[in-house]
Amino acid sequence: MSRVSLLEVKIPEDRYEIRLSGSGGQGLVLAAMLLAEAIGADASKSVIQTKSYGPEARGGASKSDVVVSTGEIYYPKALHLDLLLAMTQESLNKYYPDLKAGGTLVIDDTLVSKLPTQDYYGLSFTRIAKEQLKNVMVANVISLGAIAAITNVVGLDALLTAVLARAPRGTEEVNRIAVETGYQEGLALKLKKNPPTN
Amino acid sequence: MPRGDRQLVMGNMACMRGAIYAGMRFYAGYPITPSTEIAEGCARELPKLGGHFIQMEDEIGSIGAVIGAAVAGSKAMTATSGPGYSLMQENIGYAYMIEAPCVIVNVQRGGPSTGLPTKVSQSDTMQARWGTHGDYTAITVAPSTVTDTFTETVRAFNLAERFRTPVTILMDEVVGHMQEMVSFPEPGECEVFNRTKPTCVPSSYMAYGPSKTCVNPMPSYGEGYRWFATGLTHDAHGFSTDKPEEVVVELDKLRNKITNYEDEICKVRAEYMDDAEIAIVSYGSVSRTALQVVKLAREAGVKVGFVQLQTVWPFPLKQLRELLAKTAHVIVAELNMGQIVGEVERVALGDTKVHSLLRYDGDIFTPMQFLEKIEEVRS
Repeated sequence: MSRVSLLEVKIPEDRYEIRLSGSGGQGLVLAAMLLAEAIGADASKSVIQTKSYGPEARGGASKSDVVVSTGEIYYPKALHLDLLLAMTQESLNKYYPDLKAGGTLVIDDTLVSKLPTQDYYGLSFTRIAKEQLKNVMVANVISLGAIAAITNVVGLDALLTAVLARAPRGTEEVNRIAVETGYQEGLALKLKKNPPTN
Repeated sequence: MPRGDRQLVMGNMACMRGAIYAGMRFYAGYPITPSTEIAEGCARELPKLGGHFIQMEDEIGSIGAVIGAAVAGSKAMTATSGPGYSLMQENIGYAYMIEAPCVIVNVQRGGPSTGLPTKVSQSDTMQARWGTHGDYTAITVAPSTVTDTFTETVRAFNLAERFRTPVTILMDEVVGHMQEMVSFPEPGECEVFNRTKPTCVPSSYMAYGPSKTCVNPMPSYGEGYRWFATGLTHDAHGFSTDKPEEVVVELDKLRNKITNYEDEICKVRAEYMDDAEIAIVSYGSVSRTALQVVKLAREAGVKVGFVQLQTVWPFPLKQLRELLAKTAHVIVAELNMGQIVGEVERVALGDTKVHSLLRYDGDIFTPMQFLEKIEEVRS
């Protein structure tokens, strides 16, 4: 047998790995599903979504992974995160070590106060949902809008289409505003963090 | 669903869709994580098709209703997880005995007992083979992707109808809950088999007894054919017997109707096995990562091969014996404390060494865990 050590093998990085994490009841599994649908609408991309949660209906740690690739996806979960959304302090503490160097960290600064790094995007998803949209349930959708603005993983139009396709009747408008609000907030924050150099 | 219509579909929903494609029109079940979406899907879709969904009082009632529907002529299914599968075992034995075609889905989670409700496991593999008491031969299939779950569910119904027997679909939390972009086959694209019905006059019909294929035609209750469905060992008409010569005929028949057709039942996927020095044997969601690792190893010039048991029971003895004949090492990877590895040890002849890669903490193997194991075997 040849003596190449397989421990030296580079696992191909043709994957973009996303984790949406927080507490049970924040709608993160649903958000991951919407994100996967929006990304997967592009037929050139493979996408797979998995979830992990405790036995509780609400509370307890909850996360959902979305893996995107232009090739076939085998191992279905996320290992080295390109993007981490943390909607609670507990989830940030737990999953920050899985974020790649140079990966994107997005947090809800309504609920997260202790940051292990200065390199992050902090937006008040829960507060905006409560105060501006009068519906705390759309914090997850606002965060998706922000992700569309901050990263290149999904476009605004594809996201809106995916969200509106799943929105229960009568909630289309609040969901549309949630996506757009998140997108605007995300764009503004991105501009503030990376001001034009010229 | 029209071809090319890619949708994000959960493994559990693919199971429901596969079952409906195969003609399932009766579902009885009791919800349990991580299988509940199958019941939800059936509750939503079956009434639209003139089918029936019943949420039963428990899993014992669920499998009872499924067996009743099966003898009344329906293609029937129930879905559960470990704790419910344990409750069903007595009636599953009854289904083996009266030869009622039906499908039981077990989306596995960690055990024993209520164990890890939301975490993945493959620790019911032996239960699918030996869960109920007595001598019988079980058919069990294990899908590894969302698309696979659809086609294996169709196959499970075909096997149940073809061999007049309960068939278990062993899923696991990961394959049940993962969502992938898929498009399913159109009607007519996959073969759908329906049970053979008697053509003789009712007075000469025998539900059991002599048959070249060991599988007797099966009328639906109410069609005018009289047969007796008892869990007691029975004669050709279904009446109980303890005459030694009749007992042996009946038990042989229950076994032979499956073991004589293993070539038709056993499905194994093999890749890179022609010159493999190390083979990885796996089933269920584990096979996804196993295939990735085999490809990685091949790119590095290490001769590793991939074997996936799509049929877990009856154990594909003949295929594995052929595949592993020239392989120096076999790594059996499963999410339990070592169940199918014992079967592989039975088929590995000569100098083939069998190694076990196990995980039972509620998560799946990472590619790195496989690579470390391969290195351990190579050194």
